[in-house]
Amino acid sequence: MKQEHNKAHKFGMVIDLDKCTGCGSCMVSCMSENNVPFKDDESDKKKSITWMRVYKLTNGKSFPDTEIVYMPRPCQHCGGKGDHGHSPCVSVCPATATDYGYDTGIVSQIYTRCFGCRYCMGACPYHARYFNWWDPKWPEGMEKYLSPDVSPRMRGIVEKCSFCYHRYQAARDQAYAEGDKDNIPEENYQTACTTACPAGAIVFGDLNNPEHKVHQIVKPDPHPDPRNKHVVGKSRNPKVFRLLERLGTNTKVYYLSDREWVRKQGDNYLEGEWDKIKNHHGDTSHG
Amino acid sequence: MDSALIPEGAKRCSFPKFYMGIAVVGAVVLWGLLAWGLIYWKGLNQTNMNDYYGFALWIWADLAVIAVGGGAFFTGLLKYIFKIDELKNIINFAVIIGFICYSSALLILAIDIGQPLRGWFIFWHANVHSMLTEVAFCLSFYFAVLTIEFIPNILENRQANKVSFFHHLAHNMHGIMVIFAATGAALSFFHQGSLGGVAGVMFGRPFSFREHLNIWPYTFFLFTWSAAAFWPCFTLLVTKITETITGKKLVGDKTVHLLSKIAGWMITSYIIAKIIDTIYWATVTAPSLGFKWTHFYSNNALYGKWMLFTELILCGVLPGVLLIMKSTRENSKLRLLAIILGVIGVCLNRWVMVLQVMAVPVMPFDTWALYIPSWQEMATTILPVAYGIILIALTYRYLPVFPQEQELNYPVEEEAVDEPVVAPAAEPVAATE
Repeated sequence: MKQEHNKAHKFGMVIDLDKCTGCGSCMVSCMSENNVPFKDDESDKKKSITWMRVYKLTNGKSFPDTEIVYMPRPCQHCGGKGDHGHSPCVSVCPATATDYGYDTGIVSQIYTRCFGCRYCMGACPYHARYFNWWDPKWPEGMEKYLSPDVSPRMRGIVEKCSFCYHRYQAARDQAYAEGDKDNIPEENYQTACTTACPAGAIVFGDLNNPEHKVHQIVKPDPHPDPRNKHVVGKSRNPKVFRLLERLGTNTKVYYLSDREWVRKQGDNYLEGEWDKIKNHHGDTSHG
Repeated sequence: MDSALIPEGAKRCSFPKFYMGIAVVGAVVLWGLLAWGLIYWKGLNQTNMNDYYGFALWIWADLAVIAVGGGAFFTGLLKYIFKIDELKNIINFAVIIGFICYSSALLILAIDIGQPLRGWFIFWHANVHSMLTEVAFCLSFYFAVLTIEFIPNILENRQANKVSFFHHLAHNMHGIMVIFAATGAALSFFHQGSLGGVAGVMFGRPFSFREHLNIWPYTFFLFTWSAAAFWPCFTLLVTKITETITGKKLVGDKTVHLLSKIAGWMITSYIIAKIIDTIYWATVTAPSLGFKWTHFYSNNALYGKWMLFTELILCGVLPGVLLIMKSTRENSKLRLLAIILGVIGVCLNRWVMVLQVMAVPVMPFDTWALYIPSWQEMATTILPVAYGIILIALTYRYLPVFPQEQELNYPVEEEAVDEPVVAPAAEPVAATE
């Protein structure tokens, strides 16, 4: 019998920064869902593990014109230049301990293979990768709340957001059991941060599936950006942007905002460049 | 006490004096070992590295020792392949320095990884796309080559050489050394380059990212070139230090001038390429990613334009020019200044390509991250230096490292060879060791 190949998914999310209140529910739910350990001192943010980290951005203006936005930042699950799967981290890992799933678009981390060289951390411009500087510890009694679906990580290795891959596995298993292995309903695979967000700011789904809300909001352009051949999947929604898109990392996490200054914070621009470039974002980018 | 082991005719300090010195340096080794033990026992939380500084002091030390230790491969290449015979006067020492540098690099890597017991995964689960994989393979193989190159010198020890097998083995190994010199040169070319590639391929880091020639970023070639340019500076510097401590002239002026000349031309050609690369990066690569080059040198307490000036001009152009010009090259003080500047220059380049890369903010709302190493990091970085001093001391005492030592220090003895009666052993010219 001829084996049919599954149509590749491309899971991603769009975060509405105008809805995000910075409450931190996404961070807490992520830590809880993924068995992220606690530190004695969580105040040192360069050493604490936050797969999902919320940054506070400001428009830089003084009162009363000050505006603030909170930007949740999970692993961006980069597709790399040209979206070929050579993410900044995947391409540098010497032991193939982090890999790109061509069937999902998810960048995985193989904890038992990572030997802790931290090259991937150096290569990631988003600081989305975290090293286990200490042995994992939980306050007494909390070990009982650990999720059996996610393996805790040992000291001396790197970890990061997996887009709650175990939830994808469960959804896939269910799809197989129900006899329709190619169809994973949108609601069956949602990340913990998405489900926890009280404002509904995070939308998660398959960017390749036009029926999914994330696809409808982002409207990703499958063709390379004519201005930068390394960029693929640019949003055709003028209010949607990606972090550091110009580097050609081709992230699968998109951000949405009505405010121009917020969108400008998504990338680096030379003086006067933003005014020329801003109109090339989204729909207007390709006429 | 150990006179039977000391090369025939060589003058060395007394046994107690020598081992007193070794004990002092040995204390530093013990300090480093203590730090190493703490790091293995308690983990990398003993360092001041963090999630912004995954690469820090150790990786810099790794890159720096490999750069300055490049003399072994280049001397071998020049002597055995290009037949520059004058270098026979320094090749033993260059190999020993290379051996120390490369064993130190491997040692530092072993300390640096979070799961040392899994270190072999880099070979077993090798990712062919990773520059670090290439580094690991070439570094390990080249260390094996260096060991092979070092063995004949060890076997030339006075007692070992009395054993017929060792004597002939050393002799025959010398005979086939051209093969290892060629292999070492090829391996070195690649791992020096791969170390440059480590930074150059990081397209998420605009400060280090460089355009590519086929699969290799320009940093690949610049690292190989700089290692080939600056190794004579380090070899000459260590020779000078050894000469100062032993109070003897160990390498003839002709060899020193030749090495300095090679360094001068190599540094100058390298620095021209490096300046072109920097200008291209500053005017084309970085702006295409949305960065003005000054972004990488402002708004922080350490990394300013002074660093770029120091690396390129003060420790690049200046030593290059000083070593090219015969008058300054043959002036011992100016030559010493040039080689010290050269060593600082290449080490600074490695620092910039590791530490500054980590420090620069890439996301517009991120901030500069500065870092100060912990005492455990410093101790384990000084550990290889102390180990190197001990190894140089031991090899100098017990092995015939410098072929010119006799003729440069005991000329009276040489003349005495023609005398019909055995002349009493002459005192060395400056045996103040």
